[in-house]
Amino acid sequence: MVFTGVGNFRKLMFDPDFMHSLRIGLTFVAITCVTEMFLGLAIALLLTNEFVGKGVFRTVLALPLAVAPITIGSIWVLMTNPDVGPLPYLLQKIGLNYNIGVNATQAFLTIVIMDIWHWTPFVTLTLLAGLTSFPREPFEAARVDGANKLQILRHITLPLLTPVILTMLFIRIMDTFRIFDEIWMLTSGGPGTATRSVSIHVVRLILTSTDYGYGSAMSVFLLYLTIVMCWLLLNIISVVRKETRET
Amino acid sequence: MRHRGQTKLASIYLVCILLTIITLFPIYWMVIISMRSKLEIFAGPKLYQTSIFIDNYYRPLFKDIYGKFLINSLIIATGNTGLVLLLAMFASYAFSRFRIFGSGTLFFWTITNRMAPPAAFILPFFLIFTKIRLIDTHIGLILLYCIFNLPFAIWLLKGMIDVIPKELDEVAAIDGCSILGTIWHVILPVAKPGLAVTAMMIWIFSWNEYLFASIMTSMKARTITTGLAEFVTIIGTNWGEMAAVSVVCLLPAVIFLGYIQKYIITGLTFGAVKE
Repeated sequence: MVFTGVGNFRKLMFDPDFMHSLRIGLTFVAITCVTEMFLGLAIALLLTNEFVGKGVFRTVLALPLAVAPITIGSIWVLMTNPDVGPLPYLLQKIGLNYNIGVNATQAFLTIVIMDIWHWTPFVTLTLLAGLTSFPREPFEAARVDGANKLQILRHITLPLLTPVILTMLFIRIMDTFRIFDEIWMLTSGGPGTATRSVSIHVVRLILTSTDYGYGSAMSVFLLYLTIVMCWLLLNIISVVRKETRET
Repeated sequence: MRHRGQTKLASIYLVCILLTIITLFPIYWMVIISMRSKLEIFAGPKLYQTSIFIDNYYRPLFKDIYGKFLINSLIIATGNTGLVLLLAMFASYAFSRFRIFGSGTLFFWTITNRMAPPAAFILPFFLIFTKIRLIDTHIGLILLYCIFNLPFAIWLLKGMIDVIPKELDEVAAIDGCSILGTIWHVILPVAKPGLAVTAMMIWIFSWNEYLFASIMTSMKARTITTGLAEFVTIIGTNWGEMAAVSVVCLLPAVIFLGYIQKYIITGLTFGAVKE
């Protein structure tokens, strides 16, 4: 064993492959989290209305949350594979050649859609839980004062919901950043390196090389990155919570 | 006014039905693929299926190795649930009733344990497990899953024990119950429903885990999720059988969903959002 000091970490910082995977991971996080938040909020606002069959719909939404991520991957393999999937078949009909084993952009878009499909219900159900726990008084007062629906949403619902939205965003960012199973099953990081996010990159490196020192350096770096992100986000959340309580 | 209300209701139903179809269609597709023979699959995508090709289920589970993987998964998930519940019961009782050094950081501990990418842990654990010969054993995975399940269970159970009034403990103490007796005779019966939900969620988490299982096992203790991941091969995949094994993987989630659905949000957000 040779002691290399910070050599492994220096190598990490100048490793184009690792930086590429970091970039892919963060792009993935940005796109999926923002989309899921907007979609989730829209559906949750819709669900605040009472109607017959709401319970059934909520159960349907909860289903993807309990399914194994690897099964989610397998479900989407069956959806997108050119041999069996309905997606390539349908897209072929409108003249689009869809093959996630070949086309990098399509592969990346597919994992984005898969993640949105998988986790928007979670965002919806959580925001809905937040929405139903509100006190009734401010809404009634606003209605008496003649505020319209958009004004109520903008000035009462959203400020009250901010803590829940932030908590949700925090959980989603951390979860999407460490995503592994679904992408591994669907594309294994391919084609090329188009969908190779951070976790996939680390596992691939560990599986294929015996450079345990470098692999460990990468693991440690990833761990610290997670802790720093966790700490930052928790602080932001607590600051915003304090502000919303004061106003 | 009445008319407007009806249009609104109709549009809500329309959106809900659309979302239900989007959510369920991929799962439905998997189920019908699992009922098709090879010939039917390559005949092109059809939206419905009337016959069932039972071989897709029979061959992998009873002739091939997947039956054994299934049993391994059952052993590991159940063993892990038992171990975690036993430890978490005592730990959460202690965290709830006594002042313990570091109990304030319990939340941060829980959250970092779930948030940390498992990919960062596999290398050290692989090296340790190779040294102490826990690679490819059931007990190895049972112990390993405690990493993420134990903090989760303690956090969930602590919230449930917190709401049980302390007076009950005191009454039991006056009647001559030891701490163990109090947990057994007072806390357990009251916390039973919460305990059951916690157990189901832990069970599902263990059942669903893939990354650790794929690295830490090779043959003897391989789980069903790992088996499923190995289905796609270069020489061609038997899609029907792959779909069938996926359905088997999916079953526990469907079975438990009714029970855990109410608590799943509280569980997945660490109690930050309650329903």
